[in-house]
Amino acid sequence: MSIEVRNLRKTFGDFVALDNVSLDVPGGELVALLGPSGSGKTTLLRIIAGLEPADQGTIHFQGEDATGQPVRERQVGFVFQHYALFRHMSVFENIAFGLRVRPRRVRPSEAEIRDTVMGLLRLVQLDVLAERRPSELSGGQRQRVALARALAVKPKVLLLDEPFGALDAKVRKELRRWLRRLHEEVHVTSVFVTHDQEEALEVSDRVVIMNEGRIEQNGTPEEVYERPATPFVYGFLGDVNLFHGRIHQGRVNIGESELEAPEWAGAPDQDGIAYVRTYDVEVEPSRSRASSLEAVVRHVRAFGPVVRVELDLVDGGRTIEAHIPRGRFESLGLTRGKRVYVSPTNVRVFAQPS
Amino acid sequence: MATAALDRAAALAPRAVTRATGESRAVRWTLIAVALGFLAVTLVLPLVLVFTQALAKGLPAYWAAITEPDALSAARLTLLVALIAVPVNVVFGVAAAWCISKFSFPGKNLLITLIDLPFAVSPVISGMIFVLLFGAHGWFGPWLSQHDIKIIFAVPGIVLATMFVTAPFVARELIPLMQEQGCEEEEAAMVLGAGGWQTFFRVTLPNIKWGLLYGLILCNARAMGEFGAVSVVSGHIRGETNTLPLHVEILYNEYAFAASFAVASLLTFLALVTLALKTLVEWQQRRATAGQADIESIPEKPVLSPAKEIAV
Amino acid sequence: MRQTSRSVLPGFGLSLGITCTYLSLVVLLPLATVFARTSELSGSALWAIVTAPRVMASYRVTFGASLVAALINTVFGLLVAWVLVRYRFPGRRVVDAMVDLPFALPTAVAGIALTTLYASNGWIGGRLDLLGIKVAYTWLGITVALVFIGLPFVVRTVQPVLDDLEVEVEEAAASLGAQRWQTFTRVVFPTIAPALLTGFALAFARAIGEYGSVVFIAGNMPMKTEIVPLLIITKLEQYDYAGATAIAMVMLIVSFGLLLTINLLQWAARRRTAA
Repeated sequence: MSIEVRNLRKTFGDFVALDNVSLDVPGGELVALLGPSGSGKTTLLRIIAGLEPADQGTIHFQGEDATGQPVRERQVGFVFQHYALFRHMSVFENIAFGLRVRPRRVRPSEAEIRDTVMGLLRLVQLDVLAERRPSELSGGQRQRVALARALAVKPKVLLLDEPFGALDAKVRKELRRWLRRLHEEVHVTSVFVTHDQEEALEVSDRVVIMNEGRIEQNGTPEEVYERPATPFVYGFLGDVNLFHGRIHQGRVNIGESELEAPEWAGAPDQDGIAYVRTYDVEVEPSRSRASSLEAVVRHVRAFGPVVRVELDLVDGGRTIEAHIPRGRFESLGLTRGKRVYVSPTNVRVFAQPS
Repeated sequence: MATAALDRAAALAPRAVTRATGESRAVRWTLIAVALGFLAVTLVLPLVLVFTQALAKGLPAYWAAITEPDALSAARLTLLVALIAVPVNVVFGVAAAWCISKFSFPGKNLLITLIDLPFAVSPVISGMIFVLLFGAHGWFGPWLSQHDIKIIFAVPGIVLATMFVTAPFVARELIPLMQEQGCEEEEAAMVLGAGGWQTFFRVTLPNIKWGLLYGLILCNARAMGEFGAVSVVSGHIRGETNTLPLHVEILYNEYAFAASFAVASLLTFLALVTLALKTLVEWQQRRATAGQADIESIPEKPVLSPAKEIAV
Repeated sequence: MRQTSRSVLPGFGLSLGITCTYLSLVVLLPLATVFARTSELSGSALWAIVTAPRVMASYRVTFGASLVAALINTVFGLLVAWVLVRYRFPGRRVVDAMVDLPFALPTAVAGIALTTLYASNGWIGGRLDLLGIKVAYTWLGITVALVFIGLPFVVRTVQPVLDDLEVEVEEAAASLGAQRWQTFTRVVFPTIAPALLTGFALAFARAIGEYGSVVFIAGNMPMKTEIVPLLIITKLEQYDYAGATAIAMVMLIVSFGLLLTINLLQWAARRRTAA
């Protein structure tokens, strides 16, 4: 079932949580809402669920207006960051809850409930723990129970609020992969909120990046990473260096060097910032191109396949970071204090914000 | 900063249940009406009645009732008893809380339960046990009459019974509070060279001041208002061994209703003041812990912006 | 929260000494006299005293009225706690503070106020009288007084638990399709039930020993409306120390039993929510 969000606005007191947000989630997709704290992603999720009313705007599910519908009628499954399992019930009863509270006419028989619940427990690989209490389970197990519980009522839409936020890094990685596989099996339209970019990029079909109540970019993981639409997205995903300079006739002057900025050809002169990914910084022993800047090696962290090198630009004193493959690093023989030249490639220039 | 604004805004929103998962307005207001109605009948009516009955015969009669010699001596005795029992129990409470919260020793849980005992004992029994000890037929009875010391049917008995009944109040308030606070600050003070008493007065006492005050207020209210226990040990000798609550009883039993309520109104004022002070102290306690939380929410180190710019 | 051995912080000896001495002299020794006195009686004599008809009648009155009052307080106490925690209405803070009135008000004042209120010519008693219901000087009056006394116990025990309930659990129930009342009975109530039980036990324990607020409204007719504390006082005034202590011992055993049960309930509740 697809979700159509139009012109949503939500404020808490003077704080604007969502500012005229519109979004389309195609049916069957797994979409990530990614952004820092306070960006409005959780608010958006909760409004879709019906746990929070919007001040303005509409929500449609597959074309039908659900804006005023109470949460219990929306047929959404919701998974909370801290699981929200019913502590006094067993795992089995937790998952069966949604089926048990159905009105008598549509309530499945005890045998049917049993089948559904055990089927789900097998799906999440926790069938042996059916009679345990939530307090006896680990965090990862609890979250799987929460997921099974949400799926028991066959929701049209599955919403997850930082589902792995409360778990250890290792468990998080495992569950992430598992969620992806589950989605491929079950194929429910799913939206999940996260502030972890790796998680969003790895798991989802589509990433929606939010900041300060607005959507910055909406695209596939490749799109948002390789072709960031705004400085915020650029800076939020992956590591980036900023070079401050002056835009002049389709070029950016940074210190002594010049970078090509064809998209600014014909634009008036103004201050600009060049965004360069840390792995797009070439380090060379001598000046080889017009775009090279002189720098001094300040700090080297050489563990793993990629070496991180901190360099101080001679002109202007700013510090930048370069990620260099180990082989290249060793052939360069970089040590602290050595003078080198850095050349940014794959540069994206944005105007200096006023 | 966005998160601070969000926190502020969250504080404005109604706590707990949002409209999405709460009861309908009709249900909500019905429940409120029933609850308030129940409280009005159970709590407010008796309160209002005390004052209307006290003034039933007019202001001059009211004044006469509370300034009558027996009433005044009852007030004096009540104050005296409180002035002894409360400070003693404050010292006891602080001592008990200190050894229980800062040290570990076998039998600690038993000690905590024993401190709670007076709460579980009926006031009448609380008085009776002192009669059994010090009364004419009590254990020490003969010895006391030999030395012409009167405890039962005299002021000392009243003080003792009151001390028994109010013993747990301060301790119960301080024990969990000091357990929560732990020993780190006191240890830090010791390391810095402070002595035992210095540590207590400069470090511990400021931390527990609101809890202490709270316990003291409750202890005082009970000490001044105790009826059952004092009734048993008092002998009801007008002008000598009557506290204010006992005086209220005497007047009532003599059908001097307006006078009885007049004296009762004094005690009611005391109760209302107790409630007000209690609320004030609770508010201060909340402010103190909120301030602590603010300090703890300041991030450990400055948060780096997403872009790896370490600008000049 | 760390415990440290006595060697680091000073004052262990002094504080423990003060505590134990005071506790022994003021609390334990006096209480011991009850047990000492009753041990002077033979078993059969003791039994005869505590099962005498008048005494048994007083047990019925005290325990019966306390039970009913505690049950009423459980229902209405939950309602009051719910309304105070969940809803906003003008004067909420004042109402919250007022709940503690029975704690703060001297029992004698409560006693005469309630009697006057429910007597045949009282504000409420008068109206009920028209319906043929007599409250003052009856069993009903005793119950009313005990409801007054026990209310704060239930409210204050349930309030923090209600306050701590995670919103998310109720939201989860709603998202799974539960109606509001279903969420209450299946999710909320089981969580607060232990606190409710504790509050009930506390209110009951206080009620059985209550004297001041009850003795005025009770009528105090032996075999009919005589409460156990009053019976104890009567026996004391007659210098029947044996009788008084025997009855007192029964009450103490019941009270301590309740105290133990309450502590166990609270400990069990803490264990369950520690997960």
